Amino acid sequence: MIAVIRFPGSNCDLDAVHALGEVVGVPVELVWHENFKPSRYGGVILPGGFSYGDHLRGGVIAAFSPAMEGVKEMAEQGKPVLGICNGFQTLLEAELLPGALLKNEDLYFKCKWVNLKVESTESFFTKRMKAGSVFRIPIAHGEGRYFISDDGYRELEKNKQIVFRYVDDSGRPAEQSNPNGSFYNIAGIRNKGGNVLGMMPHPERASEAILGGEGGKPILEAFKSQGL
Amino acid sequence: MEYVAEVVIESKPAAKDPEGATIMRDLMVKKGFDMVSEVRTAKLLRVKLVAKSEPEAISLLDKMCNELRLANPVAQNYRINILKK
Repeated sequence: MIAVIRFPGSNCDLDAVHALGEVVGVPVELVWHENFKPSRYGGVILPGGFSYGDHLRGGVIAAFSPAMEGVKEMAEQGKPVLGICNGFQTLLEAELLPGALLKNEDLYFKCKWVNLKVESTESFFTKRMKAGSVFRIPIAHGEGRYFISDDGYRELEKNKQIVFRYVDDSGRPAEQSNPNGSFYNIAGIRNKGGNVLGMMPHPERASEAILGGEGGKPILEAFKSQGL
Repeated sequence: MEYVAEVVIESKPAAKDPEGATIMRDLMVKKGFDMVSEVRTAKLLRVKLVAKSEPEAISLLDKMCNELRLANPVAQNYRINILKK
């Protein structure tokens, strides 16, 4: 069973439940953040939205929710943890992943489809994807500018922790294909163990042809090995 | 004793501050204040709190900034100013 944790202000939680349960076919449960019992689940999703109104910074208040102790426990046990958008911000603020997410460079909220390139297939969520492949997926965020120190970036590179980058149609991480000013076009990163993934784009919105594309579906399908 | 303090939370110099840059470029400099060479925006929390002394008030706020991540250690710096007691 996979848990999707709902914080006050989450708004992509039901989309994640739908994509996992109805589209991918993995048993899934929506859990209120105060009632989360990690031992019941084989994996967890922190969904997108605006937990606690994004006050102070996106994800920082949710990072202090009792649920995050459970999420840390699962991460340490090697169970898969996926943070999407606000969930990615929460993973960073909980220090389960390195770096920070700042306001988009042009200060606009961005809601559009982008190209993502798979940079690393050495992670739980991308092991079925093709290295170097490019797929379409939507973003919807105001605070998505990934930031890390130069030393931190080198560390990410060394450990192959950069999982996705924003790229143009020919697969290059060009400046015009960077929607928010992220360092080196970074769209998603993983922990060293490869079981924790945080990404700004929304795989649950790119899992059905009727929504405009299925490029994000393999990320959610990875849960199949845990969820049955 | 009750103190009033300001916690100023600012992006580190390595993080671009597009809002500050726009205020400088498209407002100040455009309107003739070309002596301005940098603007950085920040978030300000004005906090009323009870403490035994000014150093204790500062140390409590410092603890909050770190333990409660009022400032993000990766991307932000903070400073604490005691306004009055």
